[in-house]
This record gives sequence, structure tokens and C-alpha cells, in this order.
Amino acid sequence: MSKVLITIDGKGFLADSEKTVLEVARENHIYIPTLCNLEGIKPQGSCRICTCMIDGRMMTACTTPVNNGMVVVTKTDELDKLRSKIVELLFAEGNHFCPACERSGNCELQALAYLYKIMVPEFDYIFPNRDVDATHPKLILDHNRCILCKRCIRRKKEAENPTWFVFENRGNHVKINFDHELTADMDDEMAQKAMDTCPVGAIIRKEKGYDVPIGRRKYDLHPIGSDIEGKE
Amino acid sequence: MAKKVTIEPVTRVEGHGKVTIHLDDNNQVAQSRLHIVEFRGFERFVQGRPYWEAPVLVQRLCGICPVSHHLAAAKALDVIVGAGTGDGLTPTGEKMRRLMHYGQIFQSHVLHFFHLASPDLLFGIDGDPALRNVIGIALEHKELAVQAVMMRKFGQEIIKATAGKKVHGTGAIPGGINKHLTQEEKEQFLNGPDPLNVDKMIEWSLGALEFFKGYHAANKDLIDKFAAFPSSHVSLVRKDGALDLYHGVLRGIDNDGKKILNDVDYQDYLEYIDEEVKSWSYMKFPYLRSIGKKDGWYRVGPLARMNTVDFIPTPLAQKEFEIFQAYTGGKPNGMSMHMHWARLIEILHSAEMMKELINDPDLYSGDLTVKGTKQKEGVGLLEAPRGTLFHHYRINDDDQIEMANLIVSTTNNNTPMNTAVNLAAKQFMNGQTEITEPMMNAVEVAIRAYDPCLSCATHALGKMPMDFKIVDKNGKVINQKFKNGE
Repeated sequence: MSKVLITIDGKGFLADSEKTVLEVARENHIYIPTLCNLEGIKPQGSCRICTCMIDGRMMTACTTPVNNGMVVVTKTDELDKLRSKIVELLFAEGNHFCPACERSGNCELQALAYLYKIMVPEFDYIFPNRDVDATHPKLILDHNRCILCKRCIRRKKEAENPTWFVFENRGNHVKINFDHELTADMDDEMAQKAMDTCPVGAIIRKEKGYDVPIGRRKYDLHPIGSDIEGKE
Repeated sequence: MAKKVTIEPVTRVEGHGKVTIHLDDNNQVAQSRLHIVEFRGFERFVQGRPYWEAPVLVQRLCGICPVSHHLAAAKALDVIVGAGTGDGLTPTGEKMRRLMHYGQIFQSHVLHFFHLASPDLLFGIDGDPALRNVIGIALEHKELAVQAVMMRKFGQEIIKATAGKKVHGTGAIPGGINKHLTQEEKEQFLNGPDPLNVDKMIEWSLGALEFFKGYHAANKDLIDKFAAFPSSHVSLVRKDGALDLYHGVLRGIDNDGKKILNDVDYQDYLEYIDEEVKSWSYMKFPYLRSIGKKDGWYRVGPLARMNTVDFIPTPLAQKEFEIFQAYTGGKPNGMSMHMHWARLIEILHSAEMMKELINDPDLYSGDLTVKGTKQKEGVGLLEAPRGTLFHHYRINDDDQIEMANLIVSTTNNNTPMNTAVNLAAKQFMNGQTEITEPMMNAVEVAIRAYDPCLSCATHALGKMPMDFKIVDKNGKVINQKFKNGE
């Protein structure tokens, strides 16, 4: 694997040429926020929250491979504003009621909202009429909270076959669904994996909520990204 | 000419309400009503949600006593997950919840007595409205104000240690609790620097009782006669008749002390209690089925509990309970202002209970949850600060809530509060042509005695605007007065 020299936030790094900007940044303890990205799964760059200034252009860090001489800026006021608006639009588009959500404290979307100090909504909330599919014995799909990141679909496609989760419908009506026959024998461990794949509370395990006390949840003590930055 | 007086909103209570008083041609009170003008709807929008969400979701009804809703919902769900009907939890699960509950009762009662009710006692019903509020207490009775703040803080720290947060925590889960108490927390609560330790809380609780008893001795007319009326009383009691705010059987007594609900299992509450709806209020009117709509109403809360229980299982509160009982010769006490006395005894009892529980080793180790055979339906009751709280849930085959019924404490007190309003209005307004501020405050004092939580976390510090209108038979406003507003 050949090496390239890139600059991230003014510092030079020697990086594997087959890696993405996001991977190289993480290896070097530089946090770039992500939502649709999941380590080990092919990136798709759909949420745009990892957008950085790469050689003077706004590009997604998760899908952009490094090049020799590449100059990356991960954090500016403009980028923070852009990311903040993406997070806020995701809140406005769904029904995210953090106070009673069992993923509160463990939710990547909520953690990003705290990171960007989103306090007062700028956009009108849509409050879409979405349903909850609780027919599976192990999992509940709460479409109110889904941000359509496709992590659940992509993880199974990449890691195991056949896939459990799929998109159904089109356009504004698109939503995740899963194959009840294929998942009929899902055990608790598999259900937990499916839940952990979801960055929000759209996929939740049945009869197992709120068992981690406040104060010990993932983002209670350390803000999102602090593990990458080595600040935990 | 007939008149209508409107008091809106009622101040120094939790939530929003208004009072209308109709005076006839001779300026006699013809009708009075306490209207609850907020609509909540939790029973509807909890439908379809996963059942284990209920304790966290439904507690958002209120910011003053969310712990009560949190625990009542959890108790109902204990039944659903097969953990028994209130006494099947692990010792850790039950005792952690009890500690949370007594911390809640303690801080809520303190809030009510010191912040909301005491201004009427210290400055008088007809005192200067500019002083007759919590700010006035802070200015004129600094020591009392500091005690109130620190006592609330202690209760809320207990809630934080057991539920994770001071308001809207997540500690109670179906079948138990999600954490132990730590040794650091034990040390803090038992031996923390003054005043934030449990012994100081007990000392101050005793002090508050002495203050009230002294005030009572000097103001017997107000405390004994104001808005006093006979009624039935209902509460949970422990199976042996002791005061138990977390769990027990339903007991009701009539005005003569005769049992009208004989220590029944609350899972069957629908056999004994029904609710009537009236067009002029969003709050329903519960009544005992065996007696009927007209006379089946009852009181709940601290006064009712002092009337229904046989004894209090902590020594200092028991001593005070005996004095309280002796005052009426052991007969049921119907004096609305004695609600404050009863509340102060419960503050003392809660402080004693907290000390007992903090010293219990079960809080520091042991299994947190238990589960059994799943059920489709469960009822959870407890004694919230303001009285008996009912939560009832039914789930479908997919673990979603399909029915929820809540009878909150203040709802149980709907008819009693209306009765108290009527008595106060008659006492202060009958024959009066000019409606004065003290007359209006007297009506509010009657309501305040019940510490109503009319909806949720709305705080009024006595400075909220009030609009009083006198209207003629045709609805034309002939006299209007504003307080703290335009």
C-alpha cells in the first residue's frame, strides 16, 4: 500500500493511499462528525455531516479517498454552521422526542445536537404522521425516529447475507422495513446488534429499555467524538 | 342584580385553574365552581407506545411530582411483566423506589407548605399582596426561606441518587430499578455538612410542626373553621393499617369513621370507583360506586391519610399523629386547613423513612429487577403527595399500550375543592357588593389547602395576573378588576 502526504488542519500526516479522509483523520485523533457512516461498512456519504473543506471544496470526508498533497480543513465556523443545520433539519423532519426516548443519552443525533448547541429550532417542525411497527418478537421499528441513514440495511448487506433490513416505498414515503421470516429466529444478541447499528432510536429491542441509569449512558459523561480525540 | 365573579388564574397552586362565583340579586353565592381549563391527553397519546416507555413518558405530566407518576406507572408495569402486584420486587428494587418516593413526598410537601401556603399564614389572608408570596417570606422570614430551599434540595438530591435526575429521571423500570445507591451517596445523606444531612431534615421537620402548632393555637378560628366540612376519606394503607405511601390496600372511611372501602386490592379499583364528567371542567369527578354519584365523593391527600390509617410506623411522626388524632378525639378530621398539619406530619415521616432506608444494606447490593409470567393488564397505585394516584395500562400482543387510565390525586379531590371554594365564597362574599382582594384570596386559600396540581409544572409565585369580572344577567361586564395585570 503506497503512502501519501496530506495536511489536516495545518498538520502533515503520512497516510495509506487507499484510505478515506475520515479514516486518516480518526487514526490521527481528529474528530469529524458522522451519522450515516459506520466503521467497517462501505461509506455512502448521504447525511453530509462529515463535510470538510478538501482542497478548497466542500466534500464528504467519509467517501473521499486521500491524495498526495491534499489539504483538509475539518473545522471552520462555516462547516459547523452547515453541520448544525443538517442536524436541525433531521430533527425537524422526524418526530424526535428525546425526553421519553430510551436511546436518550446513547443517541448519536442527540449527541450531535448537544455538540452543536442546538437550543432553539430555526426550522418549522413537520411532525409527520408515522407509525410504529411492533409486530416482531424481538425488535420494534419506530419510524418516527428514523433518519434514513441506511446503516441497518448496509451493515447486513456487507456483513451477512441475506439482508434483514430493506427500504420500502419511494420519495417522501420511504421507510425501513425488515424481513419477518428471515428474522424469526433472531436471538437477543442479534437483536442487540441490530439496535446498536442504528444511530438513533428507530430500531429498539423489545422489553429492554432504560436499564442503564442516567449518568452512565454513552454520552452522559463525554461528548460525542471525545473518544476519537483521546479526551475521555 | 345577579353577578358573576371570575378568579383566573388561581395563584400559588401547580397548574392553571379558574374560579367562577355567581351571586344572586341579593349578593348571596348561588353557585361556585373551580374549573380546570387545561386539557392534557396523556391517556390518548401513550397509546401505541412500547409499554416500558410509560414510566418515563407519562411522568412528563408534571414537573412537581413526576416521581409519583414514574413510580405508579412502573408499579402497573410490574404487574404486566409478572413481577407481582407491588410486593414481588427484589428488596433492592422496592427499597430504592421507596427512597425515591419519600424524597419526592418530602420535597413536594416542603414546596407546598413553605413556598405556596405559608405566605397566607405568615402575612394573613388579607395581608399585603406585595409581601404575601415566597419573595415576602424570603424578605421577612429569612431563616424559614433558607430551610425551605435546603429541605427541597435534600429531597431532590435523594431523587437524583435514585432516579438519575432531580426531575424526570429513569430509575424505575418494569420489574424493579436500574441502579443501587453508592456508599458516597450514603455518606453524603447521613453525614453531609449541615444542613444537607438527614438528621438536620428531621430536626427542621419537627421545627416546622412546632411552628404550625403555635400558629394554630393563636389562630384557632382560621385553622379549625375555615372551609371545614364533613366528607369521606380514601387512601392506601399498609395491610396492618399503617401509613404507607408506596404500597398497600385501598381503605375508605365515611365521616363517622365507618369503613366504606374495606382494605380492598387496588387491582380491582374499577369495581369500587367510577368517574363522572361535567361539561364545565376538564377534570373528572371520581366517586365510590357503592354510594353513588351524588354522595360518593371523597377526599384524598395528607388529611385523608391521617384519617384512614391506624398508626404511623416511624416514632417521631407517630407521636405527632397521636396529637393530631387526639384533637378530634379520634374522629375523622374534616377541617381543610388541617391539611397543612397533616402534611407537616408526613414531611417528618418522610424524613424518618429516608434515614431508615439510607441505612438499609439492601440499597447497596442485590438484584435490581425481577420478571415472571407476562400479563396483559396492570394497575399501579401509590400515595402521591396530593393523594391516591391511579395508573392503569393494558397492552396488546405486540407489547404496545392500547389503553391507559389515570386518576390523578387532584382529580380525586375535585368535589372537595369545589366544596371548599363554595364555603369560602359564602363566608367571605355573601352580602358583599364590592369584591375585594382579600375576599378573592380567601377562595384561593381554600383551594391551596389541597395543594392541587392542576396540570403540571406551572409555577406561580403570587404575582400571576388575575382578572375579576362582575357580569350582569345578560353577560355584560359591569365591574372588572385586575391584579398584577392589565
